[in-house]
Amino acid sequence: MPVHDWKGQKVWQLRTQRESLAHWVMWLVGVAIFAYCWQQISQATTWAFVWDAPRIAGDIWTRATPPRWEYITQLGEPIWDTLNIATMGTIISLILAVPVAFLAARNTTPSALFIRPIALLIIVSTRSINSLIWALLLIAIIGPGVFAGVIAIAIRSIGFCAKLLYEAIEEIDETQVEAITATGASRWQVMAYGIVPQILPAFAGIAVFRWDINIRESTVLGLVGAGGIGLQLSASLNILAWPQVALILLVILAAVVISEWVSAKVRGAII
Amino acid sequence: MLRLEKLVKTYKTGDQALKAVDLDIPEGQVLALIGPSGAGKSTLIRCINRLVEPSSGQVYLGETELTGLSSGALRRERRRMGMIFQEYALVERLTVMENVLSGRLGYVGFWRSFLRKYPQKDVDEAFRLLDRVGLLEMADKRADELSGGQRQRVGICRALIQDPALLLVDEPTASLDPKTSRQIMRLICELCKERGLAAIINIHDVALAQMFVQRVIGLRFGAIEFDGPPDALTPDVLTTIYGEEDWEATIESVDEEDLEVAE
Repeated sequence: MPVHDWKGQKVWQLRTQRESLAHWVMWLVGVAIFAYCWQQISQATTWAFVWDAPRIAGDIWTRATPPRWEYITQLGEPIWDTLNIATMGTIISLILAVPVAFLAARNTTPSALFIRPIALLIIVSTRSINSLIWALLLIAIIGPGVFAGVIAIAIRSIGFCAKLLYEAIEEIDETQVEAITATGASRWQVMAYGIVPQILPAFAGIAVFRWDINIRESTVLGLVGAGGIGLQLSASLNILAWPQVALILLVILAAVVISEWVSAKVRGAII
Repeated sequence: MLRLEKLVKTYKTGDQALKAVDLDIPEGQVLALIGPSGAGKSTLIRCINRLVEPSSGQVYLGETELTGLSSGALRRERRRMGMIFQEYALVERLTVMENVLSGRLGYVGFWRSFLRKYPQKDVDEAFRLLDRVGLLEMADKRADELSGGQRQRVGICRALIQDPALLLVDEPTASLDPKTSRQIMRLICELCKERGLAAIINIHDVALAQMFVQRVIGLRFGAIEFDGPPDALTPDVLTTIYGEEDWEATIESVDEEDLEVAE
């Protein structure tokens, strides 16, 4: 914040001249990089396809409408599978995430030096790989089908749930834990009385939130053969049955909207 | 009944919170611990039940030396020391009854406590205590629905259901209004008398302490500066504990207010 005297008045400017210049150069460089990248992308793009895009999209739209409504009879089971993959996967991941979260939280970990890093590694590694890739791996290991999908969703969700849960554990009110400890309670009793009641709302919120996400994720798992409605989607895409694709997308949309609604209700009830 | 010998606590930061404190409390004595913030009052009572590990020195509860105990033996001894907290420290999302019964955790096994299957004897005692502090009809309420004074009563019940020999009381009135503060102090002292409990009460309010206790300890920079009956607290003594200030008003106010509250 430079202030200097100019004819006896104190003049204030936000930046010194030097800083203004630096700012100007920064903007110049930024715009130059943007222009260069634009040019590169433009060269790598076949513009004929892009100009064509509205026509093609219109074409697909006319082919896809109206959706083939009678196909719905074949979608009941796949969408049920999809819901099951999401629900089972979420339940399994929660069962695994709870101990991981307790091991990862600074105030409950038995050893901050050895066990906590392992727990954090589990969290990071399960979170960083997309469920589609987990599904591909698992199909190779345990074969295609719903089970591979359930496990893929479960593994993928561990990190997410454990991370949010261990943050909740670290934010608990320690005096309540102190009070329970002071009664002579054992370590497990302190956990059950001092910690669990405090993180229960967070736990429930995380569970429905992740379930909601998992329904969306499990709709695409079928694309790689891990069961659910994605299987129908990829089959229909392969034979260019656009009216069926349209119906599948509508069904997925409906499932997601319903799951959003349910999780919003549940979260509202808890908080 | 409780004896501290050369109790020292040095925190990792190098702060010496307690400097070789010696203290002897006979059976049934209610003692107020006063002193400025940071004098080591909280540390002192937490070193007794080892919520804070003392650096050196001994703590004898009856015949048992506490600082050398294994964690299992320490848990058994903790049952004999009820603790009452400044911010009540109730488990907010549990009911009043669960909070009171949690005082029995040291006596019941994990599954019984987890499934809330407490022995009928404990449940009877919980009802009796809630009745004694006037909260019988609140038993089913969640702890966070109660007012400050009510919560502290639940905290008192939780400490007493342990069937302790000693109460460790950390700033019981710091979050309460003056009237409720007096009621809570009176309740604690009455209950100590009824049950013959010794108690150490950390307290900021000197006047309140003088009103209710038999003995006052003044702590300053982790060392005992004063040890005597409440009426020996003169302005000079308060100056040595807290530093220079006009103390006349603090001490004088005691008698007037006491009469009015005594009803």
